[in-house]
Amino acid sequence: MIAFMQNLLGPAWPVVWTLVKIIAIVAPIMGAVAYLTLAERKVIGFMQVRMGPNRVGYFGLLQPIADGLKLLMKEIIIPSAANKTLFLLGPVLAIAPALAAWAVVPFDVDMILADIDAGLLYILAMTSVAVYGVIIAGWASNSKYAFLGSLRSAAQIVSYEIAMGFALVGVLMCAGSLNLGKIVVAQAGGFWQWYWLPLFPLFIVYFISAVAETNRAPFDVAEGESEIVAGFHVEYSGMAFAVFFLAEYANMILVCMLAAIMFLGGWQPLLDVAPFNMIPGFLWLIIKVALLLFFFLWFRATFPRYRYDQIMRLGWKVFIPITLVWIIVVGGLMQTPLAYLFH
Amino acid sequence: MNFNDYVFYVLAAILLFAGLRVITSRNPVHAALHLVLAFFTAAGIWLLLEAEFLAIALVLVYVGAVMVLFLFVVMMLDINLDKLREGFWEALPIALPVGILMTLEMVMILGSKHFGVDRVAAPTPHPAGYSNTAELGRQLYTDYLLPFELASVVLLVAIVAAIALTLRDRKDSKFIDPAEQVKVKRADRIRMVSMPADVEIPAAAETEGKDKA
Repeated sequence: MIAFMQNLLGPAWPVVWTLVKIIAIVAPIMGAVAYLTLAERKVIGFMQVRMGPNRVGYFGLLQPIADGLKLLMKEIIIPSAANKTLFLLGPVLAIAPALAAWAVVPFDVDMILADIDAGLLYILAMTSVAVYGVIIAGWASNSKYAFLGSLRSAAQIVSYEIAMGFALVGVLMCAGSLNLGKIVVAQAGGFWQWYWLPLFPLFIVYFISAVAETNRAPFDVAEGESEIVAGFHVEYSGMAFAVFFLAEYANMILVCMLAAIMFLGGWQPLLDVAPFNMIPGFLWLIIKVALLLFFFLWFRATFPRYRYDQIMRLGWKVFIPITLVWIIVVGGLMQTPLAYLFH
Repeated sequence: MNFNDYVFYVLAAILLFAGLRVITSRNPVHAALHLVLAFFTAAGIWLLLEAEFLAIALVLVYVGAVMVLFLFVVMMLDINLDKLREGFWEALPIALPVGILMTLEMVMILGSKHFGVDRVAAPTPHPAGYSNTAELGRQLYTDYLLPFELASVVLLVAIVAAIALTLRDRKDSKFIDPAEQVKVKRADRIRMVSMPADVEIPAAAETEGKDKA
Protein backbone atom coordinates (compact mmCIF):
# COMPACT_ATOMS: atom_id res chain seq x y z
CA MET A 1 0.00 0.00 0.00
CA ILE A 2 2.68 2.49 1.07
CA ALA A 3 4.95 1.40 -1.78
CA PHE A 4 2.09 1.89 -4.25
CA MET A 5 1.40 5.41 -3.00
CA GLN A 6 5.11 6.17 -3.13
CA ASN A 7 5.18 5.25 -6.82
CA LEU A 8 2.02 7.18 -7.52
CA LEU A 9 3.07 10.46 -5.88
CA GLY A 10 6.79 10.35 -6.63
CA PRO A 11 8.67 13.38 -5.25
CA ALA A 12 5.55 14.70 -3.51
CA TRP A 13 5.40 11.57 -1.36
CA PRO A 14 7.41 12.82 1.69
CA VAL A 15 5.23 15.94 1.93
CA VAL A 16 2.01 13.94 1.68
CA TRP A 17 3.20 11.32 4.14
CA THR A 18 4.21 14.02 6.68
CA LEU A 19 0.83 15.69 6.26
CA VAL A 20 -0.90 12.36 6.91
CA LYS A 21 1.16 11.96 10.09
CA ILE A 22 0.32 15.51 11.19
CA ILE A 23 -3.37 14.83 10.73
CA ALA A 24 -2.98 11.57 12.64
CA ILE A 25 -1.63 13.60 15.58
CA VAL A 26 -3.79 16.72 15.42
CA ALA A 27 -7.18 15.04 14.88
CA PRO A 28 -6.97 12.91 18.06
CA ILE A 29 -5.75 15.97 20.01
CA MET A 30 -8.82 17.92 18.92
CA GLY A 31 -11.03 14.99 19.91
CA ALA A 32 -9.24 14.76 23.24
CA VAL A 33 -9.71 18.49 23.80
CA ALA A 34 -13.44 18.22 23.10
CA TYR A 35 -13.89 15.34 25.51
CA LEU A 36 -11.59 16.89 28.09
CA THR A 37 -14.06 19.77 28.39
CA LEU A 38 -16.85 17.24 28.98
CA ALA A 39 -14.70 15.32 31.48
CA GLU A 40 -13.94 18.59 33.26
CA ARG A 41 -17.61 19.48 33.61
CA LYS A 42 -18.52 15.96 34.72
CA VAL A 43 -15.67 15.63 37.24
CA ILE A 44 -16.22 19.06 38.76
CA GLY A 45 -19.94 18.34 38.75
CA PHE A 46 -19.47 15.18 40.79
CA MET A 47 -17.04 16.93 43.14
CA GLN A 48 -19.68 19.59 43.77
CA VAL A 49 -22.45 16.98 44.13
CA ARG A 50 -24.28 17.83 40.92
CA MET A 51 -24.81 15.90 37.72
CA GLY A 52 -22.91 17.94 35.13
CA PRO A 53 -24.14 17.98 31.52
CA ASN A 54 -26.42 14.98 30.89
CA ARG A 55 -29.02 16.15 28.34
CA VAL A 56 -27.28 16.01 24.95
CA GLY A 57 -26.78 12.38 24.01
CA TYR A 58 -26.46 9.44 26.37
CA PHE A 59 -24.70 10.56 29.60
CA GLY A 60 -24.09 13.97 27.96
CA LEU A 61 -21.61 12.43 25.49
CA LEU A 62 -22.65 14.67 22.60
CA GLN A 63 -22.34 17.87 24.65
CA PRO A 64 -18.88 18.93 23.27
CA ILE A 65 -20.14 18.53 19.71
CA ALA A 66 -23.22 20.61 20.48
CA ASP A 67 -21.02 23.28 22.07
CA GLY A 68 -18.69 23.30 19.07
CA LEU A 69 -21.57 23.65 16.61
CA LYS A 70 -23.06 26.48 18.63
CA LEU A 71 -19.78 28.38 18.65
CA LEU A 72 -19.30 27.79 14.91
CA MET A 73 -22.69 29.31 14.12
CA LYS A 74 -22.14 32.43 16.22
CA GLU A 75 -20.95 35.66 14.76
CA ILE A 76 -17.39 36.82 15.43
CA ILE A 77 -17.84 40.35 16.67
CA ILE A 78 -14.86 42.65 16.12
CA PRO A 79 -14.95 45.74 18.34
CA SER A 80 -14.95 48.91 16.23
CA ALA A 81 -11.92 50.39 18.00
CA ALA A 82 -9.95 47.15 17.82
CA ASN A 83 -6.88 46.59 15.70
CA LYS A 84 -8.53 44.24 13.23
CA THR A 85 -5.49 42.38 11.88
CA LEU A 86 -3.96 41.72 15.27
CA PHE A 87 -7.37 40.94 16.76
CA LEU A 88 -7.73 38.07 14.31
CA LEU A 89 -4.06 37.10 14.54
CA GLY A 90 -4.29 36.59 18.32
CA PRO A 91 -6.21 33.26 18.32
CA VAL A 92 -4.03 31.96 15.48
CA LEU A 93 -0.85 32.70 17.43
CA ALA A 94 -2.38 31.03 20.48
CA ILE A 95 -3.22 27.72 18.80
CA ALA A 96 -0.28 27.39 16.37
CA PRO A 97 2.49 26.85 18.96
CA ALA A 98 0.16 24.69 21.05
CA LEU A 99 -0.09 22.28 18.10
CA ALA A 100 3.45 22.78 16.73
CA ALA A 101 4.97 21.55 19.99
CA TRP A 102 3.42 18.10 19.42
CA ALA A 103 5.86 17.46 16.55
CA VAL A 104 8.57 16.18 18.89
CA VAL A 105 6.40 14.28 21.37
CA PRO A 106 7.21 10.54 21.31
CA PHE A 107 4.03 8.46 21.67
CA ASP A 108 5.74 5.08 21.63
CA VAL A 109 9.01 3.51 20.53
CA ASP A 110 9.70 5.17 17.15
CA MET A 111 6.21 6.69 17.07
CA ILE A 112 7.24 10.32 16.66
CA LEU A 113 6.86 12.91 13.91
CA ALA A 114 10.22 14.67 14.18
CA ASP A 115 12.89 12.86 16.20
CA ILE A 116 15.15 15.88 16.73
CA ASP A 117 18.03 15.98 19.18
CA ALA A 118 17.07 19.26 20.82
CA GLY A 119 13.46 18.15 21.37
CA LEU A 120 13.22 19.48 24.90
CA LEU A 121 14.53 22.90 23.84
CA TYR A 122 12.11 22.95 20.92
CA ILE A 123 9.20 22.32 23.28
CA LEU A 124 10.37 25.09 25.62
CA ALA A 125 10.72 27.47 22.67
CA MET A 126 7.24 26.66 21.35
CA THR A 127 5.52 26.99 24.72
CA SER A 128 7.23 30.33 25.28
CA VAL A 129 5.98 31.60 21.91
CA ALA A 130 2.41 30.74 22.95
CA VAL A 131 2.26 33.83 25.16
CA TYR A 132 2.09 36.07 22.08
CA GLY A 133 -1.45 34.96 21.32
CA VAL A 134 -2.55 36.18 24.74
CA ILE A 135 -0.62 39.46 24.63
CA ILE A 136 -1.73 40.37 21.12
CA ALA A 137 -5.35 39.45 21.80
CA GLY A 138 -5.40 41.58 24.92
CA TRP A 139 -3.80 44.59 23.29
CA ALA A 140 -5.69 44.45 19.99
CA SER A 141 -9.08 44.26 21.75
CA ASN A 142 -8.58 47.84 22.91
CA SER A 143 -10.31 47.11 26.19
CA LYS A 144 -9.04 47.70 29.71
CA TYR A 145 -10.09 44.29 31.02
CA ALA A 146 -8.54 42.45 28.12
CA PHE A 147 -5.32 44.43 28.42
CA LEU A 148 -5.02 43.85 32.17
CA GLY A 149 -5.63 40.16 31.61
CA SER A 150 -2.96 39.91 28.94
CA LEU A 151 -0.39 41.75 31.06
CA ARG A 152 -1.06 39.46 34.01
CA SER A 153 -0.81 36.43 31.80
CA ALA A 154 2.43 37.54 30.16
CA ALA A 155 4.14 38.27 33.48
CA GLN A 156 2.94 34.99 34.93
CA ILE A 157 4.02 32.85 31.98
CA VAL A 158 7.45 34.48 31.78
CA SER A 159 7.98 33.96 35.53
CA TYR A 160 6.94 30.33 35.67
CA GLU A 161 8.83 29.44 32.53
CA ILE A 162 12.06 29.92 34.47
CA ALA A 163 11.09 27.47 37.21
CA MET A 164 9.81 25.06 34.57
CA GLY A 165 13.05 25.33 32.57
CA PHE A 166 15.16 24.65 35.66
CA ALA A 167 13.01 21.63 36.53
CA LEU A 168 13.72 20.29 33.05
CA VAL A 169 17.46 20.94 33.49
CA GLY A 170 17.37 18.31 36.25
CA VAL A 171 15.77 15.83 33.84
CA LEU A 172 18.33 16.38 31.14
CA MET A 173 21.15 16.05 33.68
CA CYS A 174 19.83 12.61 34.60
CA ALA A 175 19.03 11.45 31.08
CA GLY A 176 22.08 13.06 29.47
CA SER A 177 20.05 14.00 26.42
CA LEU A 178 17.63 16.63 25.15
CA ASN A 179 15.92 14.06 22.95
CA LEU A 180 12.53 13.17 24.46
CA GLY A 181 12.69 9.60 23.16
CA LYS A 182 16.07 9.05 24.81
CA ILE A 183 14.76 10.57 28.05
CA VAL A 184 12.00 7.93 28.12
CA VAL A 185 14.41 5.10 27.27
CA ALA A 186 16.67 6.23 30.13
CA GLN A 187 13.78 5.58 32.56
CA ALA A 188 13.28 1.93 31.59
CA GLY A 189 12.56 -0.72 34.22
CA GLY A 190 9.63 -0.11 36.56
CA PHE A 191 8.21 2.90 38.28
CA TRP A 192 11.10 3.34 40.74
CA GLN A 193 13.37 4.02 37.77
CA TRP A 194 11.21 6.91 36.64
CA TYR A 195 12.56 10.35 37.38
CA TRP A 196 9.76 11.42 39.71
CA LEU A 197 11.57 9.64 42.53
CA PRO A 198 15.12 11.07 42.37
CA LEU A 199 13.80 14.41 41.10
CA PHE A 200 10.75 14.59 43.34
CA PRO A 201 11.03 18.34 44.18
CA LEU A 202 11.53 19.13 40.51
CA PHE A 203 8.51 17.01 39.57
CA ILE A 204 6.30 18.92 42.00
CA VAL A 205 7.68 22.28 40.85
CA TYR A 206 7.24 21.30 37.21
CA PHE A 207 3.67 20.20 37.68
CA ILE A 208 2.58 23.29 39.61
CA SER A 209 4.41 25.52 37.12
CA ALA A 210 2.59 23.68 34.35
CA VAL A 211 -0.73 24.59 35.95
CA ALA A 212 0.43 28.21 36.13
CA GLU A 213 1.76 28.19 32.55
CA THR A 214 -1.56 27.07 31.16
CA ASN A 215 -3.39 29.76 33.15
CA ARG A 216 -5.52 27.19 34.95
CA ALA A 217 -7.12 27.47 38.37
CA PRO A 218 -5.86 28.31 40.96
CA PHE A 219 -3.50 30.45 38.83
CA ASP A 220 -6.14 31.74 36.42
CA VAL A 221 -5.88 35.43 37.33
CA ALA A 222 -5.44 36.20 33.62
CA GLU A 223 -9.15 35.53 33.21
CA GLY A 224 -10.30 36.06 36.78
CA GLU A 225 -14.04 36.47 36.34
CA SER A 226 -14.55 38.33 39.59
CA GLU A 227 -12.01 41.05 38.77
CA ILE A 228 -11.52 41.45 35.02
CA VAL A 229 -14.57 39.69 33.57
CA ALA A 230 -12.81 37.15 31.34
CA GLY A 231 -9.40 38.67 30.90
CA PHE A 232 -7.70 38.66 27.54
CA HIS A 233 -10.53 37.04 25.58
CA VAL A 234 -13.36 39.19 26.91
CA GLU A 235 -14.01 40.75 23.48
CA TYR A 236 -13.92 37.48 21.54
CA SER A 237 -16.98 35.58 20.47
CA GLY A 238 -17.88 32.60 18.34
CA MET A 239 -15.12 30.54 16.81
CA ALA A 240 -12.40 33.09 17.68
CA PHE A 241 -13.17 32.46 21.34
CA ALA A 242 -13.36 28.72 20.73
CA VAL A 243 -9.84 28.76 19.27
CA PHE A 244 -8.50 30.23 22.53
CA PHE A 245 -10.37 27.54 24.36
CA LEU A 246 -8.89 24.83 22.12
CA ALA A 247 -5.40 26.25 22.64
CA GLU A 248 -5.80 26.25 26.43
CA TYR A 249 -6.90 22.63 26.55
CA ALA A 250 -4.35 21.51 23.94
CA ASN A 251 -1.68 23.15 26.10
CA MET A 252 -3.02 21.37 29.17
CA ILE A 253 -2.74 18.00 27.44
CA LEU A 254 0.72 18.93 26.18
CA VAL A 255 2.16 19.83 29.59
CA CYS A 256 0.67 16.66 31.08
CA MET A 257 2.17 14.67 28.23
CA LEU A 258 5.57 16.26 28.96
CA ALA A 259 5.26 15.54 32.68
CA ALA A 260 4.43 11.92 31.84
CA ILE A 261 7.38 11.67 29.44
CA MET A 262 9.94 13.32 31.65
CA PHE A 263 8.98 12.22 35.14
CA LEU A 264 6.64 9.21 34.78
CA GLY A 265 8.51 7.15 32.21
CA GLY A 266 6.51 7.98 29.08
CA TRP A 267 5.43 4.78 27.34
CA GLN A 268 7.19 2.52 29.89
CA PRO A 269 4.90 0.13 31.79
CA LEU A 270 4.45 0.45 35.54
CA LEU A 271 6.45 -2.75 36.11
CA ASP A 272 8.35 -4.59 33.43
CA VAL A 273 6.65 -7.96 34.18
CA ALA A 274 4.03 -10.09 32.45
CA PRO A 275 0.59 -8.49 32.91
CA PHE A 276 1.89 -4.93 32.70
CA ASN A 277 4.22 -5.05 29.70
CA MET A 278 1.51 -6.71 27.57
CA ILE A 279 -0.38 -3.41 27.46
CA PRO A 280 0.93 -1.36 24.52
CA GLY A 281 3.18 1.55 25.47
CA PHE A 282 0.90 4.04 23.81
CA LEU A 283 -1.89 3.09 26.22
CA TRP A 284 0.41 3.49 29.21
CA LEU A 285 1.20 7.02 28.07
CA ILE A 286 -2.51 7.81 27.73
CA ILE A 287 -3.22 6.41 31.20
CA LYS A 288 -0.50 8.58 32.74
CA VAL A 289 -1.62 11.70 30.89
CA ALA A 290 -5.25 11.10 31.90
CA LEU A 291 -4.20 10.75 35.53
CA LEU A 292 -2.29 14.04 35.43
CA LEU A 293 -5.17 15.78 33.66
CA PHE A 294 -7.48 14.58 36.43
CA PHE A 295 -5.24 16.45 38.86
CA PHE A 296 -5.76 19.64 36.81
CA LEU A 297 -9.52 19.25 37.15
CA TRP A 298 -9.24 18.32 40.81
CA PHE A 299 -7.20 21.48 41.52
CA ARG A 300 -9.82 23.59 39.83
CA ALA A 301 -12.58 22.15 41.98
CA THR A 302 -10.56 22.41 45.19
CA PHE A 303 -8.42 25.53 45.47
CA PRO A 304 -9.49 29.17 45.65
CA ARG A 305 -7.76 31.53 43.23
CA TYR A 306 -4.32 32.84 44.23
CA ARG A 307 -3.82 36.53 44.78
CA TYR A 308 -1.63 37.98 42.05
CA ASP A 309 1.31 39.04 44.22
CA GLN A 310 1.31 35.62 45.87
CA ILE A 311 1.56 33.95 42.48
CA MET A 312 4.66 35.98 41.75
CA ARG A 313 6.11 35.25 45.17
CA LEU A 314 5.54 31.51 44.74
CA GLY A 315 7.21 31.51 41.35
CA TRP A 316 10.24 33.65 42.07
CA LYS A 317 10.92 33.16 45.77
CA VAL A 318 9.90 29.56 46.30
CA PHE A 319 10.10 27.52 43.11
CA ILE A 320 13.23 28.96 41.52
CA PRO A 321 15.33 28.54 44.71
CA ILE A 322 14.00 24.98 45.16
CA THR A 323 14.95 24.00 41.62
CA LEU A 324 18.38 25.65 41.86
CA VAL A 325 19.16 23.85 45.12
CA TRP A 326 18.00 20.50 43.79
CA ILE A 327 20.00 20.86 40.58
CA ILE A 328 23.12 21.46 42.70
CA VAL A 329 22.23 18.46 44.90
CA VAL A 330 21.76 16.25 41.84
CA GLY A 331 24.98 17.50 40.26
CA GLY A 332 26.88 16.87 43.51
CA LEU A 333 25.43 13.40 44.11
CA MET A 334 26.22 12.39 40.55
CA GLN A 335 29.92 12.65 41.45
CA THR A 336 29.51 10.25 44.40
CA PRO A 337 28.85 6.48 44.47
CA LEU A 338 25.14 7.37 44.75
CA ALA A 339 25.15 8.39 41.09
CA TYR A 340 23.24 5.21 40.14
CA LEU A 341 20.12 6.78 41.69
CA PHE A 342 20.06 9.37 38.93
CA HIS A 343 20.30 7.18 35.86
CA MET B 1 18.85 25.93 -7.28
CA ASN B 2 17.74 23.16 -5.00
CA PHE B 3 14.98 23.19 -2.41
CA ASN B 4 17.18 24.66 0.36
CA ASP B 5 18.01 27.67 -1.81
CA TYR B 6 14.34 28.43 -2.39
CA VAL B 7 13.70 28.20 1.36
CA PHE B 8 16.64 30.51 1.99
CA TYR B 9 15.42 33.16 -0.47
CA VAL B 10 11.89 33.07 0.91
CA LEU B 11 13.14 33.40 4.48
CA ALA B 12 15.62 36.12 3.52
CA ALA B 13 12.87 38.10 1.77
CA ILE B 14 10.63 37.84 4.85
CA LEU B 15 13.55 38.81 7.09
CA LEU B 16 14.35 41.92 5.03
CA PHE B 17 10.69 42.92 4.88
CA ALA B 18 10.29 42.45 8.65
CA GLY B 19 13.47 44.39 9.35
CA LEU B 20 12.31 47.23 7.15
CA ARG B 21 8.91 47.33 8.84
CA VAL B 22 10.58 47.53 12.27
CA ILE B 23 11.96 50.97 11.40
CA THR B 24 9.18 52.24 9.13
CA SER B 25 6.11 51.11 11.05
CA ARG B 26 4.09 53.95 12.54
CA ASN B 27 2.78 51.91 15.43
CA PRO B 28 5.46 50.85 17.95
CA VAL B 29 3.59 47.63 18.76
CA HIS B 30 3.59 46.69 15.07
CA ALA B 31 7.31 47.46 14.96
CA ALA B 32 7.97 45.17 17.93
CA LEU B 33 5.90 42.40 16.39
CA HIS B 34 7.81 42.69 13.14
CA LEU B 35 11.01 42.37 15.16
CA VAL B 36 9.61 39.12 16.54
CA LEU B 37 8.97 37.98 12.97
CA ALA B 38 12.54 38.95 12.05
CA PHE B 39 13.96 36.85 14.91
CA PHE B 40 11.81 33.93 13.89
CA THR B 41 12.91 34.00 10.26
CA ALA B 42 16.54 34.47 11.30
CA ALA B 43 16.14 31.29 13.37
CA GLY B 44 14.84 29.58 10.24
CA ILE B 45 17.94 30.64 8.28
CA TRP B 46 20.17 29.32 11.05
CA LEU B 47 18.33 26.02 10.83
CA LEU B 48 19.31 25.89 7.15
CA LEU B 49 22.93 26.30 8.27
CA GLU B 50 22.52 23.24 10.53
CA ALA B 51 22.81 25.38 13.66
CA GLU B 52 19.66 24.01 15.24
CA PHE B 53 20.72 24.68 18.82
CA LEU B 54 21.37 28.36 18.14
CA ALA B 55 18.15 28.65 16.17
CA ILE B 56 16.03 27.22 18.98
CA ALA B 57 17.92 29.26 21.57
CA LEU B 58 17.20 32.40 19.56
CA VAL B 59 13.48 31.64 19.59
CA LEU B 60 13.53 30.64 23.25
CA VAL B 61 15.49 33.63 24.55
CA TYR B 62 14.69 36.49 22.21
CA VAL B 63 11.21 35.64 21.00
CA GLY B 64 10.05 33.87 24.15
CA ALA B 65 11.42 36.15 26.84
CA VAL B 66 13.13 39.37 25.72
CA MET B 67 10.53 40.45 23.17
CA VAL B 68 7.65 39.59 25.50
CA LEU B 69 9.00 42.04 28.07
CA PHE B 70 9.77 44.53 25.33
CA LEU B 71 6.23 44.33 24.00
CA PHE B 72 4.98 44.57 27.56
CA VAL B 73 6.67 47.97 27.95
CA VAL B 74 5.84 49.26 24.46
CA MET B 75 2.16 48.45 24.90
CA MET B 76 1.92 50.44 28.11
CA LEU B 77 3.75 53.50 26.79
CA ASP B 78 1.59 56.30 25.52
CA ILE B 79 3.71 57.33 22.54
CA ASN B 80 2.78 60.39 20.56
CA LEU B 81 4.30 59.80 17.13
CA ASP B 82 3.98 63.41 15.98
CA LYS B 83 6.04 64.56 18.93
CA LEU B 84 8.68 61.93 18.14
CA ARG B 85 8.94 63.21 14.56
CA GLU B 86 9.19 66.85 15.57
CA GLY B 87 12.97 67.25 15.48
CA PHE B 88 13.42 65.18 12.31
CA TRP B 89 14.55 67.90 9.90
CA GLU B 90 16.86 69.66 12.40
CA ALA B 91 18.63 66.39 13.24
CA LEU B 92 18.91 65.25 9.62
CA PRO B 93 22.10 67.18 8.65
CA ILE B 94 24.01 65.48 11.47
CA ALA B 95 22.28 62.14 11.39
CA LEU B 96 22.59 61.56 7.66
CA PRO B 97 26.44 61.69 7.45
CA VAL B 98 26.74 59.57 10.60
CA GLY B 99 24.33 57.02 9.15
CA ILE B 100 26.13 56.93 5.79
CA LEU B 101 29.49 56.54 7.54
CA MET B 102 28.21 53.66 9.61
CA THR B 103 26.78 51.95 6.54
CA LEU B 104 30.09 52.33 4.71
CA GLU B 105 32.00 50.87 7.64
CA MET B 106 29.67 47.92 7.79
CA VAL B 107 29.96 47.34 4.04
CA MET B 108 33.73 47.40 4.33
CA ILE B 109 33.77 44.78 7.06
CA LEU B 110 30.76 42.64 6.12
CA GLY B 111 31.28 42.86 2.34
CA SER B 112 32.13 39.93 0.11
CA LYS B 113 35.85 40.43 0.77
CA HIS B 114 35.57 38.92 4.24
CA PHE B 115 32.17 37.21 4.23
CA GLY B 116 31.88 36.17 0.58
CA VAL B 117 30.73 32.71 -0.45
CA ASP B 118 34.34 31.72 -1.22
CA ARG B 119 35.47 32.79 2.27
CA VAL B 120 32.58 31.35 4.30
CA ALA B 121 31.40 28.29 2.47
CA ALA B 122 28.18 26.51 3.31
CA PRO B 123 28.81 23.91 6.03
CA THR B 124 29.38 20.39 4.80
CA PRO B 125 26.39 18.23 5.68
CA HIS B 126 26.98 16.23 8.85
CA PRO B 127 26.25 12.52 9.21
CA ALA B 128 22.86 11.52 10.63
CA GLY B 129 24.11 10.81 14.15
CA TYR B 130 25.81 14.21 14.58
CA SER B 131 24.40 16.30 17.41
CA ASN B 132 25.00 20.01 17.12
CA THR B 133 23.71 20.54 20.68
CA ALA B 134 26.06 18.02 22.28
CA GLU B 135 29.02 19.32 20.26
CA LEU B 136 28.36 22.90 21.33
CA GLY B 137 28.06 21.85 24.97
CA ARG B 138 31.34 19.94 24.77
CA GLN B 139 33.12 22.96 23.28
CA LEU B 140 31.67 25.40 25.82
CA TYR B 141 32.60 23.31 28.84
CA THR B 142 36.08 22.24 27.72
CA ASP B 143 37.90 24.61 25.35
CA TYR B 144 35.94 27.74 26.24
CA LEU B 145 35.25 27.06 29.91
CA LEU B 146 36.93 30.18 31.28
CA PRO B 147 35.37 32.72 28.84
CA PHE B 148 32.01 31.02 29.36
CA GLU B 149 32.19 31.24 33.14
CA LEU B 150 33.45 34.83 32.94
CA ALA B 151 30.53 35.79 30.72
CA SER B 152 28.08 34.22 33.15
CA VAL B 153 29.64 36.07 36.10
CA VAL B 154 29.42 39.35 34.18
CA LEU B 155 25.75 38.67 33.47
CA LEU B 156 25.10 37.83 37.13
CA VAL B 157 26.73 41.09 38.21
CA ALA B 158 24.57 42.95 35.69
CA ILE B 159 21.41 41.34 37.08
CA VAL B 160 22.32 42.12 40.67
CA ALA B 161 23.30 45.68 39.74
CA ALA B 162 20.07 46.28 37.83
CA ILE B 163 18.01 45.16 40.80
CA ALA B 164 20.14 47.05 43.33
CA LEU B 165 19.88 50.28 41.31
CA THR B 166 16.11 50.17 40.93
CA LEU B 167 15.12 48.76 44.30
CA ARG B 168 13.80 51.60 46.40
CA ASP B 169 13.05 50.68 49.95
CA ARG B 170 10.07 52.86 50.63
CA LYS B 171 9.24 53.28 54.29
CA ASP B 172 5.55 53.99 53.76
CA SER B 173 4.76 51.04 51.52
CA LYS B 174 2.50 48.42 52.99
CA PHE B 175 3.37 44.82 52.39
CA ILE B 176 2.47 41.44 53.75
CA ASP B 177 4.89 38.93 55.13
CA PRO B 178 3.48 35.52 54.15
CA ALA B 179 5.54 33.80 56.84
CA GLU B 180 3.74 35.85 59.49
CA GLN B 181 0.41 35.07 57.87
CA VAL B 182 1.05 31.35 57.94
CA LYS B 183 2.14 31.44 61.58
CA VAL B 184 -1.18 32.86 62.76
CA LYS B 185 -3.05 30.67 65.23
CA ARG B 186 -6.74 30.70 65.95
CA ALA B 187 -6.18 32.25 69.37
CA ASP B 188 -4.58 35.35 67.75
CA ARG B 189 -7.67 36.21 65.76
CA ILE B 190 -10.67 34.83 67.60
CA ARG B 191 -11.83 35.63 71.11
CA MET B 192 -14.29 33.14 72.50
CA VAL B 193 -17.08 34.79 74.47
CA SER B 194 -19.25 32.65 76.63
CA MET B 195 -22.89 33.61 76.17
CA PRO B 196 -25.10 31.36 78.32
CA ALA B 197 -28.68 30.91 77.23
CA ASP B 198 -30.89 33.60 78.70
CA VAL B 199 -33.48 32.63 81.28
CA GLU B 200 -35.88 35.47 80.41
CA ILE B 201 -37.04 33.87 77.16
CA PRO B 202 -40.36 32.46 78.52
CA ALA B 203 -41.25 35.90 79.89
CA ALA B 204 -40.59 37.52 76.50
CA ALA B 205 -42.82 34.93 74.83
CA GLU B 206 -45.56 35.81 77.27
CA THR B 207 -45.50 39.52 76.46
CA GLU B 208 -45.52 38.69 72.74
CA GLY B 209 -48.61 36.58 73.25
CA LYS B 210 -50.29 39.45 75.10
CA ASP B 211 -49.57 41.89 72.28
CA LYS B 212 -51.17 39.60 69.78
CA ALA B 213 -54.25 39.31 71.85
